[in-house]
This record gives sequence, structure tokens and C-alpha cells, in this order.
Amino acid sequence: MPTVIIDGRELRLSEGERLNGIEAARRVGIEIPHYCWHPGLSVVGSCRMCLVEVGARDPKTGKVTMQPKLAPACNTIVADGMVLVTESEKVALARARVEEGLLLRHPIDCPICDKAGECRLQDYHFQHGQDQRRADIRPFTSRRRDIGDITLFVDRCIMCSRCVRFVNEISGTGELMVVNRGAHEEIDVAPGYPLHNKLSGNVVDLCPVGALADKDFLYRQRVWFLRNHKSVCTRCATGCSIWIDENQDRIYRVRPRENPHVNRWWICNEGRYGHSYVHDPRRLTSPVRRTAAGRAPVDWSEVIDEAPKRFQAARRPAGVISPFLTVEEAFLLCRLLHKWHGQVVLAVGPVPSTDADETFPGGFVISAEKCPNRRGVEAVVSHFAGGVIGWEEFLARAARSEFDAVWITAGYPLPWIDAEQASKPAGVETLVVQDLFPSPLSDRADFELPGAAWAEREGSYVNRNHWLQTARWTIRPPAGVRTEGSLFWELLGREGLYRAQAVLEEAAVEIAYFSPARGPVPEEGVQLTPPTADEPSAAPLSRGPTAIRR
Amino acid sequence: MAKQSYQPVLLANVGKPESHTLRAYEAGGGYRGLRQVLREKSPQDVVALVKASLLRGRGGAGFPTGLKWSFLPEDHPGPIYLCVNADESEPGTFVNRVQMEHDPHQVLEGIIISAYATRASTAYIYLRYEYPLCLRRMQTAIDEAREKGYLGKNILGSGWSLEVYIHRGAGAYVCGEETGLIESIEGKRAWPRIKPPFPAVEGLFRKPTVVNNVETLACVKHIVDRGLEWFKSIGVPPAPDNPRDPGSYGPKLFGISGHVNRPGCYERPLGISARELIEQCGGGVRQGRKLKAVVPGGLSTGVMTADEIDTPMDFSGPLKVGCLGLGTGCLIVLDETYSMVDFLYNSCRFFAHESCGQCTPCREGTHWSVAMLERIRAGRGRLKDLELLLEIGDTIGIIPGTTICGLADGAAWPIKTAIRKFRGEFEDYIKRTNPGGYQTVHPVAWFEGNGSAGAGSAAVKH
Repeated sequence: MPTVIIDGRELRLSEGERLNGIEAARRVGIEIPHYCWHPGLSVVGSCRMCLVEVGARDPKTGKVTMQPKLAPACNTIVADGMVLVTESEKVALARARVEEGLLLRHPIDCPICDKAGECRLQDYHFQHGQDQRRADIRPFTSRRRDIGDITLFVDRCIMCSRCVRFVNEISGTGELMVVNRGAHEEIDVAPGYPLHNKLSGNVVDLCPVGALADKDFLYRQRVWFLRNHKSVCTRCATGCSIWIDENQDRIYRVRPRENPHVNRWWICNEGRYGHSYVHDPRRLTSPVRRTAAGRAPVDWSEVIDEAPKRFQAARRPAGVISPFLTVEEAFLLCRLLHKWHGQVVLAVGPVPSTDADETFPGGFVISAEKCPNRRGVEAVVSHFAGGVIGWEEFLARAARSEFDAVWITAGYPLPWIDAEQASKPAGVETLVVQDLFPSPLSDRADFELPGAAWAEREGSYVNRNHWLQTARWTIRPPAGVRTEGSLFWELLGREGLYRAQAVLEEAAVEIAYFSPARGPVPEEGVQLTPPTADEPSAAPLSRGPTAIRR
Repeated sequence: MAKQSYQPVLLANVGKPESHTLRAYEAGGGYRGLRQVLREKSPQDVVALVKASLLRGRGGAGFPTGLKWSFLPEDHPGPIYLCVNADESEPGTFVNRVQMEHDPHQVLEGIIISAYATRASTAYIYLRYEYPLCLRRMQTAIDEAREKGYLGKNILGSGWSLEVYIHRGAGAYVCGEETGLIESIEGKRAWPRIKPPFPAVEGLFRKPTVVNNVETLACVKHIVDRGLEWFKSIGVPPAPDNPRDPGSYGPKLFGISGHVNRPGCYERPLGISARELIEQCGGGVRQGRKLKAVVPGGLSTGVMTADEIDTPMDFSGPLKVGCLGLGTGCLIVLDETYSMVDFLYNSCRFFAHESCGQCTPCREGTHWSVAMLERIRAGRGRLKDLELLLEIGDTIGIIPGTTICGLADGAAWPIKTAIRKFRGEFEDYIKRTNPGGYQTVHPVAWFEGNGSAGAGSAAVKH
């Protein structure tokens, strides 16, 4: 078994494993500072922050011989008998000099820089830099340049070229480039070809300093006020792992969260900037009951009293389970409707979709299916109903007055139903619509219930590759809104607060499809077995392009 | 003297009428070697011959050419590329230009033989933009050779084909670095690649690639023509105390510029001393002045003092006096009237201007050194600046391991050698021009009207 020694600690590698010095050091708990290296991008080795001493141990005598020169850890593939020293005086001096060099012309405008607080240059300066400035070069001012989707603060750039490699290798759009030479180098775009692609927001996360700034986030919040929550993006069936950064129940930023099984290090702009609907003032915030006298806000207790009676008394009730619901919420709702009435008809809500998946050169996929959990909801529905009824079929049957009590869940971030479709259900005596926004359908509802947005809810989503991920709530819903899970939990008469984990456990026991999700679901999620071969699952993401060179 | 009767080989045709034409070249026995190689030798034979000759690259680093060729993968399906480094941008260097302008067919024959040896199917000549005559003459030579069947498909009936293209640079020094050159041919920004992988494994268009200098390839032609004995009869054998020294065999083109009476390009055996070159070839220092310093092989090799000019000009000679190496073998001679502060300022300005800007130590170090020298020349120097300059010089480059390519070493060596060897002059200059503030240790504001500038800064003393 190949063995590497890093700062005296032994690391055993499995056969055929290819790690560079930074990755190997991480395994033994040592962080080697670096700017230009990123696991998802090609290696350029230009920032020189990851310089380490490299040596070899003679397998027979055990004698270690070190090379006289420093080597970048990012381009050093560790091999058996290799010795890395990351904390020697020589390495510390080299790091200090790189830091000093990077700060020669850096404007050091941290007080007005968005990155301050999560800036590599700041962090490394405190960890590895010198305490006194020796240079007499007066830093330039901080020039700002609009380069398209993103704003560039030209002088803050440290020329790690991550953004340039990203647009060349991952998005494949190649808008960004380096202009000029030496100390005059700048990131720029060609005239008339601004940075504009569906993955452009990622360059902001990639930027180790505050050079590339997000126009959506710029000057809106200091990062140290933000709390970061692990979550899952619900804007398409890819289901990227994300961080939601919020402060006092307001989402300020969504960033990708590394997940090798789903999105690796990236998310698309749709997911990144598609959170504003959560704070839309038009959202429903109170249950509304329609009586002969008109529509009037009511208390939740009235809903909780009235709804079961209506559904239990119905001849032919139906439920529409939105593909925006989590597995747990869908499970509870199906169980609830089934408990109220054994003959309930269950359908899956409309699945919004665009023409085709978009696949980028780096392997990232934006799904055509614009909902997070069709597969999970379908599995739940078919468990309770024995099969899946689609939205079109449901509408057609509703138009024939087949149902007299209908519970429709929605939660779509975009308008999802027009007046024509909304007018189709006929002969419905009790219509419950649970949604985020008013719609032609909710106007007709006997009970219009405000739903919670994805960041406010808790539960699991199954993505296009049958990969299940669990998200916790990150912000509290607006006053008056009850999350779906807690409402169904209470309607089922369960004790205490809604616990998604318990519901998933229950679903995993009852439904074979969810059985891999028993026990705590790991952070990056679990793979479910596709139920049948009716739908070929998309090819899993291949290993990142770390081996690709420019 | 034997040395004066040295018969030039590489420059044999230079000065003859119409020396750049195929007719003149063939009349002098040109392309006979190529015919013979294609008829009698396998590529392996040529590699073995060049390996045995211990020919070292003439571009600056002196890497053994045969060894470089042998790094190519044995059974690669191809294509393999040969890149000819004609991006001669080292300050003070102009010997490739003489070769390409006056004897392009000699270079071309060397290219064809070397491409045959390395099994390359395409050769690119990366030509410096500032050499328009070279471009015309090399292109004419390629056209003539193709017409005669020395190039193209099925060369001289051997079944082997080769295409040669000229790729013109756009005036960047860093394109002379082999991987920068490769990136540039690929149409990218000439940011040298990090090694490994080396070009022999993954080079141009991610295929195995050999990059050789013009003069190296011309030497290959003569080794094939004249044989091993001839080549090894010239130059310096390996040092007996260093088993890894491949020696310095063969003729070398030396360029002499600067303050001499007869600047120009001269051919001499490796191992001739700098003194002999200056006195015999260069005709001595101009106007009988005193010699002050000599740059042994292009600006990036640093400087030698007048006392060190008996150093033999072979691959290990300049190393012994603290220079980077033989470099390109092109001397820049400075006489006593020239200020070393100005010399260093010019040098630093050049390297800061040419730094590709990829690696932090080089991009920032070269820039900082210029800023300091500008300030020194503006009368605000501090003695501490010399320490900072030396620190930059000692820590940037591929030798300490802090950069990807050797450009930073080239920037560092003039700083290190000039300051170490002429320290007194630098100190005098600073004390003379900044009598009030030369002892300051704190960073000095560089612009007017900013606090402690000028004489006022004398208040801050250590």
C-alpha cells in the first residue's frame, strides 16, 4: 500500500489513487494554503502559495532526502515513499513572500469589499503573512468594471485565473480572458462579448478575493452576519446541493455546496438567483375561506376542524400532490387523505418543463424538468394509489365532475395555472388549494391555504438520477404561514412537532423505493434504486476535469 | 595563434554571395548530409549519434539534445512535433538571426534531419516577430526545398514526409520558453505550462514535442555531415570531477555587442575565454577605455566583472563566477563610463515588462524591483533597498522553485550579480543622491507631498 509522509504523519493511499499534495495533506488534517488550485479546474500552479518541500524516503534504509527546491503541492502527485514538509521555515518564508507580493498592488479596501470575512487573501495574510509592509508601492485605487453578469473590481484581482479556466473548461463559453502582461495584467472580456452564461455566478464563488462580485449580493450584507445552512436547490430536477446564507429569516445568497454525486462544485444562475420569490410580498400569508358571503381570512384552527369533516363526508375525494413537495410531506398528505377516505384518488401535480436538458462541457446539467421531486412524489403516490395519475388526466376527470372534494398542493415559484385550466374542475364541493401565490385556481378555492417556500420547509427530494437528499429548514415562514409538513402532521393527529426524519424512516420502511434512506441520510444524500427500467437514469457525473490541462 | 586560424563551420557560408539561396547552399555541399541520412541511417541511429556527440542545447540552458530526444515515447502513434525556437529575444543576442538571414538552408537541413531523428511529421519554426528578413528568407528556403523534394511528402523517395511551417511570434520574450512557445503556437496566451508533464510527453496539441534552438539544429546538421570525431575535437571535455557534466563540445556562435570596437557574430570553439572574444573578435573595448563588466550570455545570465573575463566560455565556466550559465553565448560589454545602477534598472525594466504575469513571485518581484530602482534613480534610495533587491533576486525563479519557468531566474541573476559584485558603486550612488535619507529603513513614500519623502525622511533612522 503506497504510503506518504506529510509533516511526519503517515498517510496510506489505496492502490491507484491519484492525489496531489493539497488533497493528500487534507486527508491527514493539514491545510496547505492555495489560491489558483481548485479541484474542479485544471492545474496551473501559478499562485505559488502551496509551495512545500518534497523529498523521498529510501525504502531500504529509511533515509529521507529532501529536494533543494520548493515544489507546488498542487502539481505534485503523491507517490509511495514521498515526504512532504508543509510547515518548515523555508515554506513559511515562501508563503510570506507570496502574500507580500500579492499585497504589493492590492488596494486593501477590505472595509468596502464584499469578500471581507471570507477572503483567502485576508485569511492567509493573518496566517502566513508578514506583520509589516516593506514595500513602498502605493496601491492603486479600486477600479470597478462591469463585465456582464458579474462586476469586476480590477485591482483586487490576484491573477489566480480560476475564473478564466472556469469559463473555458466548465461552462465552455470562454468569455473571460487575461489582458496585458506582468504586473499590468487584468481580467477582462472582449468588447461586445460580456460574461453572460447560465453558470456565470460560479466565478464569484471561485474568486478567492473580492475581485469578482455578485451584482445580486453586492453591498447587501456583510458575510459575517450571514448564517449558512445546508440545503438543496429545487429549481430543477438536478437537485444541486447548496448553501443558503440568511440573516434574520431573509435569504441573501445561495451558493453551491460541494457534492461529488450531484453538482460537484457548481450551481446554475437559475438556482443561485431564483430565491427572490421566497420574499415576494404577494405571497399568501393567511388561510382564506370562501363562503356564500364572500372570501374571508380565517384561523388555521378552523381549517383543521373543517377540512377532515368535509373530506370524510365526500363521496369521491381526490388529492393532487405537487412535485415541489418533499417526500415526507407527500407521504403525510397521501396518508392523511387515505385515512380520511379509502377511495381517494391521488394525482401528481403538473411537472413544469423546458425543451431539453442543458449539459455543459464540464459535465454540469441543468435539467429540463423544473421541479425537484417528481420521482419521490410519484413513488409515494403509486404506493398509496397503486399507480400514478398525471395532471392532465386529473383535470380531464375533474372536468367530468368525478370529484366532489379536492386537495391541491402547488408551491410553484412561477405561475403554474391559467384561468382556462382553473375553470375545468366541475362539481367540486370542497376545493382546498395550498399554494404560495394567488392564482385563478386559488380564487375558486373554498379553502385557500398559504404554503411554505422551499427554504422554509424540511424534507427530502429525489433528483433526476434517483439521488435522495435531505434539507433542513433555513428560514422561518412569514407570519401566518404553516409549513405543509407541520399541517399534515397535526391533521394526522400526531404528537409534538413535525419531524421529517421520523416520516422518512416510516416511508423507508413502507416503500421499498426509499429503503436506502433508512437511518440518518448522509449529507451528500443516498442513491435510490430506480423502480423500473421505464426511464433510463442519466449517466452519473464523471470525475472532474482535474486531469485536463489547458 | 591557433584560435585565430579557426575555420568557421556554422558561419562558413556567411558572407558568400547569394548565401541564402538553395543554389549557393547546394554548391557548397548542402543537403548531401540529408541524402546520406535518409539513405543509410535509421532515426535511432541519428539519435544515438547526437547522443554520443554530447551536443548541448544552444538556446541557453544547455540541456543535452540527444537526451531530450530520447525522452520521446518509443511507440507513440503520432503525430510528434518538432518546434524550432527562433524566438531569439534575449537582450544582446542575435546569432540565430545571422544564421537564418545568411544561411537559412543550413538551418532547414538541420530541422529536416532532426525531425527525421525524432520521427516528427510537422515542424514549426517559432520566429520572432522582429525578424522580417529571416521570415522572408526562411520561407523562401522552405519553398525552394519543397520544390527540390527535400520537404513535403515522401522526401527524396524515403517514404518519410515532413511539413515545415513558420509561426510568427508577436513580440513576447516569454514565448522563448519552450512551453510558452507551445502555448503560443496553439494560439493561446504564452503562459508557460507547469511541468511535469514535459513537452516530450505532452507538448504541442498535447502530443509529444521536441523544442530545439536554431543553432542546436544547425549543429546537428554538421554532426551528421562531419561525424563525431570532428565535433568532439572542438570544445571542452567533461570535468573529470563531475560525473554528470556532459562537457561542452562543438563550435559556438558568440555575439558581441556593447562597448567594443567590432561588435558582431563570431564562431569560436566552446571554452574560449571572454577576454579572447573581446580582444580578438570584438577588437577590444571601444576607444581604448577600461572594461567594467561583461554579460556573458544574454542579459539573464548576470554580469562578470573585468577581473573575471578569463573565465572560459563553456557551459560550466560562467557558473563558476556566479553567473546563471553560458546562456546564449552573447556578450554584452560595458565600459567604465556606464553606471551599474542604470544597467540594473534597464535589466529590471525589461524583465518586469516581459514577465508573463502568471506566477506571483515573478510578476510582483520584477515589478517591485523596478519600483525600487526608479526610486533610487530619483534620489530617494535607501541602503535597505539593496537588501530587498537581493532578497527578491535570491527568492524568485525556478532554481529556488518559486516560479514555473526560468524567466524569473533571468530577472534575478542580473540583480544578484550586479549588486553583489558592484555593491560599492550602488551604495555610493544611493549615498550621493540621497544624502539625507539613505539610512531610512521604513518604506518610503514614492510620490511627492506624501509625508516622509526626501530629506525629511532622515528623521526616521534606525
